[in-house]
Amino acid sequence: MKHTVTFATVGALALAGAAGQAAARDQVRIVGSSTVYPFATVVAERFGKSSKFKTPVIESTGSGGGLKLFCAGLGVKTPDITNASRRIKKSEYERCTKNGIKVAEFKIGYDGIVMANSKKSGRIELSRRDIFLALAKQVPEGHKDGGKLVPNPNKTWKDVNPALPNLAIKVLGPPPTSGTRDAFNELAMEGGCKTFKSLKAMKKVDKKRYKGVCRGIREDGAWVEAGENDNLIVQKLEADPNALGVFGFSFLDQNRDKVQGSIVDGVPPTFENISAQKYPVSRSLFFYVKKNHVGQIPGIQEYVRAFMSRKAIGKRGYLVGKGLIPLPPAEMKDYISAGKSLPDLTM
Amino acid sequence: MTDSAQSVLIAGQKEKVRRGLDRRLRSERRFRAYGIVAIVLAILMLLFLVGTIVSNGYSAFTQTWIKVDVLLDEELIAPDGETDPETLREDGDFRGALIETLVADYKPEGRAQEDLLVAMFSTEAEWTLQRHVIANPDLIGRKITIWVKSSSDIDQLTKGAVRRDSPESGRKLKDLQLRWYDRMTAENRIETRFNSGFFSSGDSREPEQAGIWGAIVGSFLTMLVTLVLAFPVGLAAAVYLEEFAPKNRLTDLIEVNVNNLAAVPSIVFGLLGLAVFLNFFELPRSAPLVGGMVLALMTLPTIIISGRASLLAVPPSVREAALGLGASRMQVVSHHVLPLAMPGILTGTIIGMARALGETAPLLMIGMVAFIVDIPGGPTDASTVMPVQIYLWADSPERGFVEKTSGAVMVLLVFLIVMNASAVYLRKKFERRW
Repeated sequence: MKHTVTFATVGALALAGAAGQAAARDQVRIVGSSTVYPFATVVAERFGKSSKFKTPVIESTGSGGGLKLFCAGLGVKTPDITNASRRIKKSEYERCTKNGIKVAEFKIGYDGIVMANSKKSGRIELSRRDIFLALAKQVPEGHKDGGKLVPNPNKTWKDVNPALPNLAIKVLGPPPTSGTRDAFNELAMEGGCKTFKSLKAMKKVDKKRYKGVCRGIREDGAWVEAGENDNLIVQKLEADPNALGVFGFSFLDQNRDKVQGSIVDGVPPTFENISAQKYPVSRSLFFYVKKNHVGQIPGIQEYVRAFMSRKAIGKRGYLVGKGLIPLPPAEMKDYISAGKSLPDLTM
Repeated sequence: MTDSAQSVLIAGQKEKVRRGLDRRLRSERRFRAYGIVAIVLAILMLLFLVGTIVSNGYSAFTQTWIKVDVLLDEELIAPDGETDPETLREDGDFRGALIETLVADYKPEGRAQEDLLVAMFSTEAEWTLQRHVIANPDLIGRKITIWVKSSSDIDQLTKGAVRRDSPESGRKLKDLQLRWYDRMTAENRIETRFNSGFFSSGDSREPEQAGIWGAIVGSFLTMLVTLVLAFPVGLAAAVYLEEFAPKNRLTDLIEVNVNNLAAVPSIVFGLLGLAVFLNFFELPRSAPLVGGMVLALMTLPTIIISGRASLLAVPPSVREAALGLGASRMQVVSHHVLPLAMPGILTGTIIGMARALGETAPLLMIGMVAFIVDIPGGPTDASTVMPVQIYLWADSPERGFVEKTSGAVMVLLVFLIVMNASAVYLRKKFERRW
């Protein structure tokens, strides 16, 4: 008993001592999007190996969660960089500015969101309108422009578009907490929704209802929430050749022997098409740097330079091998030079 | 009543009992069958789970190596003629030397084919070469033979996880790379070795370089903090509540609360950790110190409950005998009751720790779910833990991480089995029956 008490006291003292030392930080801390995470981690690892700085620590918190932490304030307790699979919102920017944070913005490339199925069945050719009609909660009656909105009656892809195969609609996709889902809703669903003039007109009259209709995904079992893990979706597609899956391009790239990307609006999801911004369901990837921390925490400036270099994000850069789709040359050049000067973001 | 009438009555009753007996025996047999079916089902599921993990993961413990002949060109490696480790590390172009030799051997045409050739080797190859040359600087200028790690794609090919018969567009490895691979195989340049890096390095985004050691160290530090905090506090609380505290409404309330806390979902403790340890006490994010504190809170109720149960199981006669011989209550507890109850308390503690070892949810909130390459050196360094590492790998797109995930699960299972087996052993060894 006596020993236990001594043990506890020593332990508590040791912990208190350790906590006291932790005031300064010699490691860059990064938070943010799970889509940018696989790219940022590769840069961080190489940076850690090739420079005299420690490897930055990267947390995958989601774009919104990352910006929330990032804009919370200044000091060693807050992250230095946040990754985002969408641009910073005005409200987030204002919160950052209010807390005295100077932000620099970097665009690193594009990410495509693909619909794919098992190679055991045929490749599917869709339009965004087909995607909307197959997956929306409500669709115009008879698929006619101006038709009354009814709960989605389509059971098979043939119901959606007679040119499509007579297969039951079953799509495995990420849950609403995922950035991939947000982008899919915005780019694919809303993109298809807007092809109906009556629905497009609704945007000006009742924006909230417009979003609800255009981004609302059906809940009757045709859309299956398969979790955040895209690997799992690929495995499930292999087991069920009639199902389609929604995930990021890098997973398609890594599993090309198992799954094939569906053609959307006549454009197959290939590296070239996404890079040229021909493929409609793609988004830009960003990261944001807290300029106030540059010089305070060692390695921030150097990490940004390592990231914004042709070696990393260029056409033959190592991130391309990981599935990143590079920026067009002119834009890349601008961002690479910005990596050296860290210009202030203004909105 | 006559005798015959009575015997008829008895016979009737016997008959009734016999019929009932059959029914009762049948229901007993049915019940036993249900029990056996349940156990067989449970065993089958366990076998299926372990079987899938092992069949997916055993290959994580091996790694493909390729033998290369590298000309250690002075021009590239030591352009100024200086061969001290510092200069070699900073100025030596080992990657260049490696690529030059490979290009000379395999003769790729154009930059694109060169890239394909380089992609067959791990990016770690240049570091392997660098370490070798720094250790033996007199090799510079000569041609040496060295084994380096293959890239994960080649590794997967060697392990048969990639189909090579599918059309070229549907594969990561191109026909040209397969031809080079076949040539290497024919020249005995391919070898599968035990993947010692898996047990000695930290996380990596390249599957062939990723290791579980960083997570094991993180788990160890976290568990240490948990044990140091939870065990003494839990033990003291259990002893006080069971042996000293008066039985009144207040202690009843405490008991109800302790039992409640044991059932609170673990994420709640993470939220508490975020609010109290990170935001209020401003302790560092992602640190095993904070992780251990959160898990200690989670483990405390388990330790208190199991501790109280073991103390209660010590017969009152032991206490009364000690008191009768003039021992103080403190002496009764520390000399007699506690040693007798210790096996049970330790069992409870180990089971609580094993549960804490497998937790990810509370650690998510305090930033331990992160990409961390450096091996943590102390409880305030950023680190992750084993179940988090499994979660992160399961989420990575590269095919090579599928086996790494299952491999890490196997390592975690071994740790859990060791902990639970030691709990059983302690109980068997020190248990006393009254």
